[in-house]
Amino acid sequence: MTDTVQDERVKQTSKLRDWLMRPELGAACGTILVFVFFLMIAHDTGMFSPDGVRNWMVVAAQFAIIATGACLLMIAGEFDLSIGSMIGFSGIVIAILSVQVGLPVWLAIICAFVAAMGIGAFNGFLVIRTGLPSFIVTLASLYILRGLTIWLSILTTNRTIISGVGQAGEGDWLGAVFGGVAFQGLFQWFADIGLLDVYTSGTRAGQPLVQGVPMMIVWAVALIVFAHLLLTRTRFGNWIYAAGGNAQAARYAGVPVNRVKILMFMFTAFCATVFAAAQVMEFGSAAADRGLLKELEAIICVVIGGALLTGGYGSVIGAAMGALIFGIVQQGLYFAGAESSLFRVFLGVILLMGVILNTYIRQMITGER
Amino acid sequence: MSEPIIELRDIEKHFGPVIALAGVSLSVHPGECHCLLGDNGAGKSTFIKVMSGVHQPSKGEIRFEGAPVRFADPRVAIAAGISTVYQDLAMIPLMSVSRNFFMGNEPQKRVLGIPFFDHDYANRVTMEEMARLGIRLRGPDQAVGTLSGGERQTVAIARAAYFGARVLILDEPTSALGVRQTSNVLATIDAVRKRGVAVVFITHNVRHAHAVGDRFTVLNRGRTLGTASRGEISPEELQDMMAGGEELAELEGSLGGTV
Repeated sequence: MTDTVQDERVKQTSKLRDWLMRPELGAACGTILVFVFFLMIAHDTGMFSPDGVRNWMVVAAQFAIIATGACLLMIAGEFDLSIGSMIGFSGIVIAILSVQVGLPVWLAIICAFVAAMGIGAFNGFLVIRTGLPSFIVTLASLYILRGLTIWLSILTTNRTIISGVGQAGEGDWLGAVFGGVAFQGLFQWFADIGLLDVYTSGTRAGQPLVQGVPMMIVWAVALIVFAHLLLTRTRFGNWIYAAGGNAQAARYAGVPVNRVKILMFMFTAFCATVFAAAQVMEFGSAAADRGLLKELEAIICVVIGGALLTGGYGSVIGAAMGALIFGIVQQGLYFAGAESSLFRVFLGVILLMGVILNTYIRQMITGER
Repeated sequence: MSEPIIELRDIEKHFGPVIALAGVSLSVHPGECHCLLGDNGAGKSTFIKVMSGVHQPSKGEIRFEGAPVRFADPRVAIAAGISTVYQDLAMIPLMSVSRNFFMGNEPQKRVLGIPFFDHDYANRVTMEEMARLGIRLRGPDQAVGTLSGGERQTVAIARAAYFGARVLILDEPTSALGVRQTSNVLATIDAVRKRGVAVVFITHNVRHAHAVGDRFTVLNRGRTLGTASRGEISPEELQDMMAGGEELAELEGSLGGTV
């Protein structure tokens, strides 16, 4: 058997080193660090009460939804800088179609998904056909989509914020899939047995403060699980790694690289639209400037999660932990009463640390160290 | 001798005004290692791209198992059993050996009706195949980036053979390798040939060619200079044909050895 012969030149590596080479390492350490940090400075502010946890979990879930799409796309070797504009676009499409045109909300949401994924496919098609870097192609889409979104909104309503989606979506089945809460019964039961605080007065007396798990979080978890299984446990996942690792070598081995890349652009657009739909259904309104800078934040989550900017390597779980770090820090600073602009300082610093760590890990994998 | 599995006759390939191939013929029999020799710019790369379906010939005929064929794109050629191993593009360094080995041919098993990548099977087969080739891995999840250049070529050749290649085109597999690694790759070529695979071995190193080749075809400036069987031609003669003769002989005289 193979295990009995050892090549004297191949050094046996410790379990520790194997573990250190996992892409999620940096993000896991970061998650623990920020948890401990905010437990120390903000434990008495309500940040870790059920209501506080819901608060930062929703923010983390928002990051996670777009980071999941950006992660698979980056591993497939491409970028999408139009994620943020796509969020604004999809939101406005839902609002215009449901409020102005009067379509049922479920149909408006489906139309937004179709339009966004069509644009995603077009982005991918342009990147493949022109051979240009996706950075440039999607930078163009960033501006084109944002401009179109604002123009569409002004054209139809004369303003950039469209409200009234809440009333239009009342009782809509698909609207509830994005804007409602899950496990309501379970949370009511928790409240009944005294595990959760309840409203003590008003029309909602007796109902728990936290009524259930917001759908934003349910979507985030579902997308993370789906993307993780797809990447690590399926044939298509192997093609994603291969397309990003070396597209030409993958083509020679019979991998349909173009199809993989275009599908990943579409998946990124899908994730952006999930974000937009959940946000619109939660707020009851859409704004043309929503999602600003989200594309960069998504990419930062992915990089902190251990993915290489050059493609071919990364982890969905890592990206999800990157999103969790973001949620905790952004809301934690708020709970701790710190200046919120510090969040950007933190973003920059952690991005730099993430990239340096990743470069080092890659050198370990390829045996350069 | 058996029928050739693939035969190319008078292949011409023009890129606009440039004539890259001006009539190249070659045939390969099952179990034969046919070396294609030529200096840089002789048209070796263009020729193998025609053979593997990347380029369509401008003129000439390709016969596969006796019947005329046209390979519209590489996938058609791969489906027919023609595998090409490119020097730099054989493997993806960041991916594990097992993922690389099964790239494009991933085994699947269904769980609840959903097809999943069968990692257990892939890992087991990879370890077995690597052991047969004498490559010792820490584990099937070791990244290809940690393998040497020779090992990568060896794995790529073994992969092509494992997935049923009947014609194996090797694009300069030994040109960037050290002595020890080169002999390993040559030994792998020999093993694959003995299984009945037709091997087309592209190289500009006559000694490497002579070590495993059954027949030798020399290309020069887009033309076939001729095909010779082993024993009919010495390495020195091959070298002269490749380089176009006399100047090299003079140079060898002044350098005091074979170039």
